[in-house]
Amino acid sequence: MKSPRFWLALSAFALVAGGASANDELIKLSKDPNQWAMPTGNYANWRYSELNQINKDNAKNLRPLWTFSTGVLRGHEGGPLVIGNVMYIATPFPNNVFALDLNKNGQILWKYEPKQDPTVIPVMCCDTVNRGVAYGDGKIIIEQADTTVVALDAKTGQVAWSVKNGDPKKGETMTNAPMVVKDKVIVGMSGGEFGVPGHVTAYNLKDGSKAWRAYSVGPDDQILFDANTTELGKPVGKDSSLKTWQGDEWKVGGGDTWGWYSYDPQLNLIYYGSGNPSTWNPAQRPGDNKWSMTIFARNPDTGIAKWVFQMTPHDEWDYDGVNEMILADINVKGQPTKALVHFDRNGFAYTLNRETGALLVAEKYDPKVNWATHVDMQTGRPEVVKQYSTQAQGEDHNTKGICPAALGSKDQQPAAFSPKTGLLYVPTNHVCMDYEPFKVSYTAGQPYVGATLSMFPPQGDNNLGNFIAWDPSAGKIVWSDPEPFSVWSGALATAGDVVFYGTLEGYLKAVDMQSGKELYRFKTPSGIIGNVNTYTHGGKQYIAVLSGVGGWAGIGMAAGLTKDTDGLGAVGAYKALANYTQLGGVLTVFGLPE
Amino acid sequence: MRVLAPLFGSAAALVLGTNLVLAAGADQSAEKPYTVTDGKVDKKTFNGWRRYTESCMRCHGPDGAGSSYAPSLVDSAKHMTQDEFNDIVVNGRTNVNAASENVMPPFGEVEDVVSYLDDIWAYLQARADGVIGRGRPPRIGD
Repeated sequence: MKSPRFWLALSAFALVAGGASANDELIKLSKDPNQWAMPTGNYANWRYSELNQINKDNAKNLRPLWTFSTGVLRGHEGGPLVIGNVMYIATPFPNNVFALDLNKNGQILWKYEPKQDPTVIPVMCCDTVNRGVAYGDGKIIIEQADTTVVALDAKTGQVAWSVKNGDPKKGETMTNAPMVVKDKVIVGMSGGEFGVPGHVTAYNLKDGSKAWRAYSVGPDDQILFDANTTELGKPVGKDSSLKTWQGDEWKVGGGDTWGWYSYDPQLNLIYYGSGNPSTWNPAQRPGDNKWSMTIFARNPDTGIAKWVFQMTPHDEWDYDGVNEMILADINVKGQPTKALVHFDRNGFAYTLNRETGALLVAEKYDPKVNWATHVDMQTGRPEVVKQYSTQAQGEDHNTKGICPAALGSKDQQPAAFSPKTGLLYVPTNHVCMDYEPFKVSYTAGQPYVGATLSMFPPQGDNNLGNFIAWDPSAGKIVWSDPEPFSVWSGALATAGDVVFYGTLEGYLKAVDMQSGKELYRFKTPSGIIGNVNTYTHGGKQYIAVLSGVGGWAGIGMAAGLTKDTDGLGAVGAYKALANYTQLGGVLTVFGLPE
Repeated sequence: MRVLAPLFGSAAALVLGTNLVLAAGADQSAEKPYTVTDGKVDKKTFNGWRRYTESCMRCHGPDGAGSSYAPSLVDSAKHMTQDEFNDIVVNGRTNVNAASENVMPPFGEVEDVVSYLDDIWAYLQARADGVIGRGRPPRIGD
């Protein structure tokens, strides 16, 4: 184990490196396009690179250069980090972490193999995914499935500290990537399908001690709201969450925090969204169910919420609000704006002022979205269409043809933003559903869902996904590439005018940023639900992505989406994904020929 | 686990009761735990689909078809007895080794599962026999 000298050295280092330096280091690293230091590319969640060696003229010459099997079969979400000459990747459960030496063609420098109780596996709602590690202050941090947060020495893989953030026996699990902000690491919680109350927790990067925890739902002192917390410019007032639940239902109310986090160092605010209220049966939880389905802007030092915005009050469709918040200074309707752009599961793309939380744009980013006609720009509330309201139609009634499906017009798979074009490049789902809520009882650590659903493509279409370019000011689609299956991979935009994404069949695709025209495709060993990144090594640009089909897409679709009872199955494009790809985690690294 | 025994016991008793009623009432359908008429299912089989979807679908895939995560129950239902089925559902099963990470949790204390073991079994049998297809089965009287 570690010698006393090591500890001494470590604590001395921590003293020197304390305060805001992890932050400064990360900001510096994320500005260096040769590295990929954060899962999200930068604090603003751009997933954009200034690299342009690979461009729209030569992308057709790309080829896979080396590969690495992770030895794990389940869904591989997230993507690699590259810091200096080392690449770090994390696997789904059992959450192995590898440090690969780029100087030696990916030779393993160290690996971390935690021993976790396998009983956590079945309480992971939608596969045993993990969305990657974070780096800060010489440490690699992972959120394990069993809710242990572990900091590893980036050089040796030795455990620096480890802390338990929850209890899988209650259905609490962790899947998302942490974010290092200042001297803290911010982590989330999964388990909305098990009635787990969601929260974000800040641990001190130095030693893993807890700094603060902010729940999504509950009393003010637990959700860390104060007199200055606002929604749409107005203070939310006392007990803003409790007032919107009946009785004690909030205690199993969900609002989990399993998506991506972003941070604005100037405003000193972190941003993230909360997930669905539990159960999926809306009749069992009257009220707006605040603050599920909500965007939060919080102070990273104290956790106090500055502003909130609830997108889907009293959810009736499982439209989690966890998707990434992309921070960009852009013109919105002619005004220079510190904007936050968010593609919600509910099918609306929101542009807000990230300083005040003011709502600026809310438009459908899939024309087939039908559950609401529009968002009222005064109240922020969606105008729900009664025909598609599972609350209005009631328990034990099968509400048909709702678009989007529960997996949303987009799930967590993050979009990319190009400062060159001012556009966003968005992986989307093009799926509708029938939804039938029914009464369920709560048992700790057991599914608390209370709805059945069937999913299928929108009427008249035979594609289940689109990859789109989006104008966040006009609220309009600029171009759209249809995909046979949902696009479940995080996008990458580059200064070479190329956008990259992966498909569920396993293709890594490069498309022209201006037109969406395909420039290159390569079929990797398994379906891609991971996020594409880019970096340089030895002065040469590379593209890296994890394959390994799974996740909700894998569970819902591997068995085939269509109902063979109603004839939809006859259409070729709906064939089971299992006919295209199989499980298996593999990293593939692409580059141009010498 | 002691709590489970009585619960499981009453569920088993229920099975017996149902079979007796069916056996007394009718001919071949006495063998089958479900009733399907013109592609429509009885209340029990429908509830089986619903409870399946609530508690089993996330791992075993929509409509018992299996997923990347856990095996098809449409297949398994062909090769097991209801006693075996009940036993696995109530007590769970673990198969974790280098090649697989299958963990079936025990549902013995989950009201929405133990109370409806017969219904879920009926639904899976109807799927296994191919008398109903994928998706939400229409109810008799719908």
